[in-house]
Amino acid sequence: MAGRGQIANKSSALIAMIADEDTVTGFLLAGVGNVDLRRKTNYLIVDSKTPVKAIEDAFKEFTTKEDVAIVLISQYVANMIRFLVDSYNKPIPAILEIPSKDHPYDPANDSVLSRVKHLFSSESVASERR
Amino acid sequence: MAGQNQRLTVVPTVAMLGVVKARFVGATRGHALLKKKSDALTVQFRQILKKIVNTKESMGEVMKTSSFALTEAKYVAGENIKHIVLENVQNASLKVRSRQDNVAGVKLPKFEYFTEADTKNDLTGLARGGQQVQQCRAAYVKAIELLVELASLQTSFLTLDEAIKTTNRRVNALENVVKPRLENTISYIKSELDELEREDFFRIKKIQGYKRREIERQLAASKQLNEEQFSEKVSLQKGISHNLLSAGEKDEDIIF
Repeated sequence: MAGRGQIANKSSALIAMIADEDTVTGFLLAGVGNVDLRRKTNYLIVDSKTPVKAIEDAFKEFTTKEDVAIVLISQYVANMIRFLVDSYNKPIPAILEIPSKDHPYDPANDSVLSRVKHLFSSESVASERR
Repeated sequence: MAGQNQRLTVVPTVAMLGVVKARFVGATRGHALLKKKSDALTVQFRQILKKIVNTKESMGEVMKTSSFALTEAKYVAGENIKHIVLENVQNASLKVRSRQDNVAGVKLPKFEYFTEADTKNDLTGLARGGQQVQQCRAAYVKAIELLVELASLQTSFLTLDEAIKTTNRRVNALENVVKPRLENTISYIKSELDELEREDFFRIKKIQGYKRREIERQLAASKQLNEEQFSEKVSLQKGISHNLLSAGEKDEDIIF
């Protein structure tokens, strides 16, 4: 249980991204991009020509890499590989579905948020009324 | 339930009763502690849930702002800025480190971001739109800050969820399986010991009765013996005198 998914207190970990070009550009500008020795990037730019297989592979790669702590994934990309995202249940790396520029964000699709809402439903109704 | 009538297979002795009772006390204490742990985790869980919902909602806003900043930068610095940015990627300057929080024995990872080296994009947009580019950068760093917070909340959420499930399972197992079983065992041993005691009591009574009867019999026998002896003595004395008295009369054949 708690013993699983612990990462050692390493000095640093990366943030991986699977998103459209603009979002990736923005985050790269902030300085999250990384290229390792084998010229592998920690991000994947998804456009209309990107095959789903490539996204799947990238997702699998990022979630199994040891030095990745957070995986940011655009929600419309996550929808393409929804089965993978939903079946992923490890705490680390954390999967975050982020809104992208040209696709509206739908909280109902978010795998974690739907669980949160499900658990929270009775309470959130109460807290919203407060 | 299936486990309701079960009991441990033990030899019903006083020593075993002590052992089982000690185990029962242990189980009760463990149950209370686990219940407390579960409550503490649930409190934490609720807080995290509330935070997640709030952060997720504010995430949309922040992402919108940063996208807008990027559009501004693109407009001012030209469309080719993204090629410059994509080409400039070398080592991550913005990284995440994790530390652990401890909530009732459950280790929750907390992420925090930090900038390591100077970003390579300092000179991006030097010709034009430098300010917009820097603003865009700041907006995205802010977004990262929020996302990192959200990530740690989400990780905590998943970890806590699992921990609560495990703890509740343990609480229920103790409450519904282990404790009834120990209780059954205790009552079984007690009844068995009572049974033994009754048996012993009965046996002792029986032996006492037997002994009493034996003594009475012996007493009676000795009394009878005494009486017999006495009567014998008396009759002996009587007999002697009788013999002596009747000696002359009886022997008719005596001539002289």
